[in-house]
Amino acid sequence: MIMEQGQQNPGILDKGRTSNGAKGMTVIVKTVASWVKVLIFLFGINIVLFGHLTPGGGFAGGVILASSYVLLMLAFGREFAEENLPLPLASKLDCLGAFMFALIAILGVVFGGSFFLNFLFQKYLPGQALHLVSAGIIPLCNIAIGLKVGASLFLVVLVLSVSCKGTDCRFE
Amino acid sequence: MIKALPAFVVIPLVTAFVLPVLGRKGKGAATVLANLATMALLVLAVASIGKSGIYEVGNWSFRVGIVLVLDGLSSLLLLAIGIVSTAAMLFSTRYMEQYTAKSKYLSLFMLMVAGMNGLVISGDIFNVFVFLEIASLASYALVGFGCEEEELEASFKYMVLGSVASSFILFGIALIYGNTASLNMACVSEAIQRSGMNAGLAFALALLIAGFGLKAALVPFHAWLPDAHPSAPAPISAMLSGVLIKSLGVYALARVVFNIYGVSVAVGWVLIALAILSMVVGVFLAVGQWDFKRLLAYHSISQMGYVVLGIAIGALILAQGGSVAWASLAILGGLFHLVNHAVFKSLLFLASGSIQMATGTRNLKQLGGLAQRMPVTRATCAIASASIAGVPPFNGFWSKLILVVAAVQAGLLWVAAVTVLVSLVTLISFLKVHRYVFLGDLPENLHQTRESSGLMLVSMGFLACLCVLMGLLLLVPSLKETILDPAVKVLTDGLNYSRWMMEMQAARGKIL
Amino acid sequence: MLYALCFLLFMIGLYCAVVKKNMVKIVIGLAIMEYAVNLFLIMLGYRAGGAAPIIDRTYLEAGTDKVTASFINAAVDPLPQALVLTSIVISLGSLALIIAMCIRIYGKYGTFDITEIRRLKG
Repeated sequence: MIMEQGQQNPGILDKGRTSNGAKGMTVIVKTVASWVKVLIFLFGINIVLFGHLTPGGGFAGGVILASSYVLLMLAFGREFAEENLPLPLASKLDCLGAFMFALIAILGVVFGGSFFLNFLFQKYLPGQALHLVSAGIIPLCNIAIGLKVGASLFLVVLVLSVSCKGTDCRFE
Repeated sequence: MIKALPAFVVIPLVTAFVLPVLGRKGKGAATVLANLATMALLVLAVASIGKSGIYEVGNWSFRVGIVLVLDGLSSLLLLAIGIVSTAAMLFSTRYMEQYTAKSKYLSLFMLMVAGMNGLVISGDIFNVFVFLEIASLASYALVGFGCEEEELEASFKYMVLGSVASSFILFGIALIYGNTASLNMACVSEAIQRSGMNAGLAFALALLIAGFGLKAALVPFHAWLPDAHPSAPAPISAMLSGVLIKSLGVYALARVVFNIYGVSVAVGWVLIALAILSMVVGVFLAVGQWDFKRLLAYHSISQMGYVVLGIAIGALILAQGGSVAWASLAILGGLFHLVNHAVFKSLLFLASGSIQMATGTRNLKQLGGLAQRMPVTRATCAIASASIAGVPPFNGFWSKLILVVAAVQAGLLWVAAVTVLVSLVTLISFLKVHRYVFLGDLPENLHQTRESSGLMLVSMGFLACLCVLMGLLLLVPSLKETILDPAVKVLTDGLNYSRWMMEMQAARGKIL
Repeated sequence: MLYALCFLLFMIGLYCAVVKKNMVKIVIGLAIMEYAVNLFLIMLGYRAGGAAPIIDRTYLEAGTDKVTASFINAAVDPLPQALVLTSIVISLGSLALIIAMCIRIYGKYGTFDITEIRRLKG
């Protein structure tokens, strides 16, 4: 993209300045957010891991994981969230998640002869029905997708949270 | 070869996700990797000519799982996609140096190729929709890649119309599932043959024709194309005009009309009407254009009319119970023109990109006299213009000749007359292009223009050679029988597609 | 009857996407169209008095890992639900892209009104 160096106008999410000029929202929101974000993240991991037993799975869990970081961005301001999970790292996690998913599918060819074959279920690790370790490669695929979707959605909200007028801002 | 069928989707997808990691430090390595990936896909596509079979993903039986199907029509389109994407990727190694964020461009390009490849080999109608969306989303982003005002506006318009089309297609697929309880194309076809048409299925067919027609830029659904194709960077215009509107639009339309639903007289006439409208409206709006790429974009609309005309005449003849030989001829004309147009239109767009990179403008009134400065560009542009105008012995001439003969044989003499007239007007508009761009006097501000550099010329030369040699595809019987005839047979066999799939399923494991 | 209401919702979304002049309203129209199609897909799988297609210990036959036939006959169809999951993901990606495009256009043109964003003509 043809971009020029420009001043970054205050983003939409920076409007919540407190009276002494600090970024983010009030003290109550910040305190509660710092406790709640861990719970949301844990809940997201639960949805991802148990995706083959309960509703949810990779995509829904990934959205919840991303929303814990978005809560961080809303409560503390954009720069704090960006320091916590910087843009290049999120981009690399995104690619890593997708690559893991493709790797699991290709391992189906290596171990079983068919693309996307559930080789763990059929040969190596069938596990017991309705337990966490069961259904073969499906939990692994869920983890990969959860990682990818979480990173991508956080990237999307981060990139969309800057609004500049006239000249553009560098995102890389 | 059938065992390597998922590679058509896996290679570009994995490349697309590895490229951003190589990032800014490894920009050279990223470009080399992307070029290797497209060339590997071309080699695979050539190796898959003449083979056919099905591949069950995950070893799930095909009534339950997703299947990938390779037949004559798929291998023809895979070949076209491979050729155009290799040339465009070679061209963009040098051309995209003007833009920043090249690794993102390469990533999006590979995603678009993955989507198109996946659509063409998919045997499951919802999988067609998923790959269509992958390719469309990548192309929306690529059209607005250089974030100037006009490009963003064009991309927004394209995105809105494209999303409307995708919603239509998904609604049609939902209706088909509701009526037939299956998503596999062969099972759907079987169910429709057993139970006959009802209102829901007819409405689904109308929605699918509207949705795929919008993706193929048939008039009256063409409003996005004249804005989107000029605004995209030149190699992306080549990909969009060359293969995207064909694989997303015409291929899917042909599959639905011939293999799933079976031809009928009403559908044949509707498609002929759309085709004639596209041909005429496209070319008459093209003649008056002064922007080089916008002129080429309108010609794309017109030439898509040719392709759909061939297929529609074939459908009409089959539906009226006429001779299969003449229907095969018409469909041969349409499909051969599809491949030809992919080659010469992408060459024209690459030439316009070369001119834009050298001179900085694409307005015909500001160009002139580039014949001595850019000889290779001029030669390749001349070859491509002769092909699109239908001058013998280039490839465009043969496909247009077949279309005219087939139209006459079907008894539609006025259609044949319109075809010849549109050809003449195409010739006029390209004579205009040559007179304004290459002949005449060189303006003062263009005295420093020089010919484009190595890789861009290689890709344009490759496509120009193909333009010259592709007439042989028709005239040499052995080439015609291996490449073109299986594709035609898939469409004329029509509803036997489902029976063929059942036989493949029974013989699975014995086919390599 | 419910399917006709779904189609009405689809038409409302289409009207919104075609007639409105504000870019954000057009995007909302597209989103309504996609919701209508997802709703239609889910309603296709409905079975009156059916159970959710989630296997629990009570639905397995005693002592084995097979699902009881009565559950299979009574549960709603899970395939449209999988299709809708995919479709929701696709619309999410598409929506993110088109919103980003709107923000960029606002930055360049200064307005959300599409009648003023008309530099490409002819």
